[in-house]
Amino acid sequence: MLELSSVMKYYEKGFFRRHRTTAIDNVSLSVRKGETLGLVGESGSGKTTLGRIALRLIEPSSGMVRFDGIKVTTLSRSALRQLRPRMQIVFQDPDTALNPRMTVHDCVAEPLTIWHLAGPREIEDRIPELLELVGLQPDLAARFPFEISGGQKQRVALARVLALNPEFIVADEPTAALDLSVQAQILGLLKDIQQKRNLTLLFISHDLQVIEKMSDTIAVMHAGKIVERGRTPEIFSNPQNPYTARLVAAARASEAWFGKNPR
Amino acid sequence: MMSLISIAGLSVRFATRSECVRAVDTVDLEIARGDHLALIGESGCGKTVLGMAVMGLLPENALIRGTIRYRERDLLQAEDAEMQRIRGKEIAMIMQNTASSLNPVIPVGIQVSEPILLHRILPAKAVQAEAIRLLGAMGFDLPERAACRYPHEFSGGMQERILVAIALACRPDIVIADEPTSGLDAEVKSQILHLIKKQMADRTLLLITHDLGTARFLCTRVAVMYAGEIVEEGPAHDLLSLPLHPYTQGLLASLPSAGLHPIPGMSPSPSHLPDGCRFCSRCPSATARCSTEHPRMSVRGARRVRCFHYA
Repeated sequence: MLELSSVMKYYEKGFFRRHRTTAIDNVSLSVRKGETLGLVGESGSGKTTLGRIALRLIEPSSGMVRFDGIKVTTLSRSALRQLRPRMQIVFQDPDTALNPRMTVHDCVAEPLTIWHLAGPREIEDRIPELLELVGLQPDLAARFPFEISGGQKQRVALARVLALNPEFIVADEPTAALDLSVQAQILGLLKDIQQKRNLTLLFISHDLQVIEKMSDTIAVMHAGKIVERGRTPEIFSNPQNPYTARLVAAARASEAWFGKNPR
Repeated sequence: MMSLISIAGLSVRFATRSECVRAVDTVDLEIARGDHLALIGESGCGKTVLGMAVMGLLPENALIRGTIRYRERDLLQAEDAEMQRIRGKEIAMIMQNTASSLNPVIPVGIQVSEPILLHRILPAKAVQAEAIRLLGAMGFDLPERAACRYPHEFSGGMQERILVAIALACRPDIVIADEPTSGLDAEVKSQILHLIKKQMADRTLLLITHDLGTARFLCTRVAVMYAGEIVEEGPAHDLLSLPLHPYTQGLLASLPSAGLHPIPGMSPSPSHLPDGCRFCSRCPSATARCSTEHPRMSVRGARRVRCFHYA
């Protein structure tokens, strides 16, 4: 479904003496349809940059991104725009992802209007449906973002994305700003919807335990490079790279302490 | 054991034009000398407000009831001048949000010196050397150089170290740390936690966090807050390995390692709290009594829990 080959991204500064900072160093990845690729790494390792390159929200310096066989990297602006509803993103911070001056209703209606996916009357039917899909009460539609909780905001952001019926979603640390019990709710919801709609996900997180629960395959990123990738059980049972091994050991240590399932 | 800080019946309310927000509700908490107590709970449960109440840093519009006894006096009745003598010198706080807690236009060495000068701990001549010593103890390789730099020249982890240095500058008995590692990477977080643990060895710590891993690493006791009140309290190991209150059980079950089982529903709004148990609407084992009657704390050995199932 999604294929990245030899993607590089560097930033240059200086006029006479060029100084180059490499953010993404020769990354090749692929995600199969209906599967989740978990991208894990510390902040600054380039995971967010890579997620955005996958959607061409950032231009890569070299390399190719293919989405469903389409060469995204070389697409014209108008062709890229036509592709946008099929590939979407859920951002890390729901506070800044929603327009504070739009009600929940208007937030969710906006993508439908822009893409002419529904007439004015249809929209009124679609919005309660979409809110229900993400587990929100329809009467929340009249509220503004500041009147609802962080978890509810992230659900609204997800409803906005799902309004377009995308095939591929980049979820960039969607629960980093949320509380523990809310995180579990949002991740459960995301998995649920993924199965219902056969979505392909690129799930970005710094938390290996969350990645384990969400992903079919895992790619471990360190300093702009993919240092290891593989099927989730294999990464956990037999990590090859020392950095991955350290992450896995840390995740296992915290599990041992809290016991399995306290319920 | 004599308590160093004894909080009794503490309630903090904020009156807005239309409603009354009950941020903290009748909290009783004893903190003994040398205790490392973690206050855990979700955002909005009132844990930061509780910390601010101890520091005497609540805004004017806060309505405060109850007592916070510290060394024969009630901090809530203390005059401003007296609070200023205590704050920073005897009770210090590591604030949440590193970047906004440091002054961007003052070199960090001066910011570390400030509390020492203010409380006249050392003669003015010795202050600079002490600030550099503190930065060195916090793990700065070249503390003399670091002292001359401005906050933006440091990474998040290094800024956190500066905040710890400022909090420890006057060698306080009690440190209140509010989410000291939020926003830091796993590895940097672990370094900061080790630093705090080392520095707190002979001090009293009140840690405010929503991170169970941080709580169990730094603390020997844990108090769980939900919707403004303490619902469970006890030794860290017992409480986290065998939680009693259904909320604590739910919190532990929603950890990724326990399988990400969410607690259904949401916390009640602090301006519209239910009459019965505040966790009732989300509780898997709620009974008819839970929705009408508010449970009191029941004592079970070294532990306390606010739930009818243990009354």
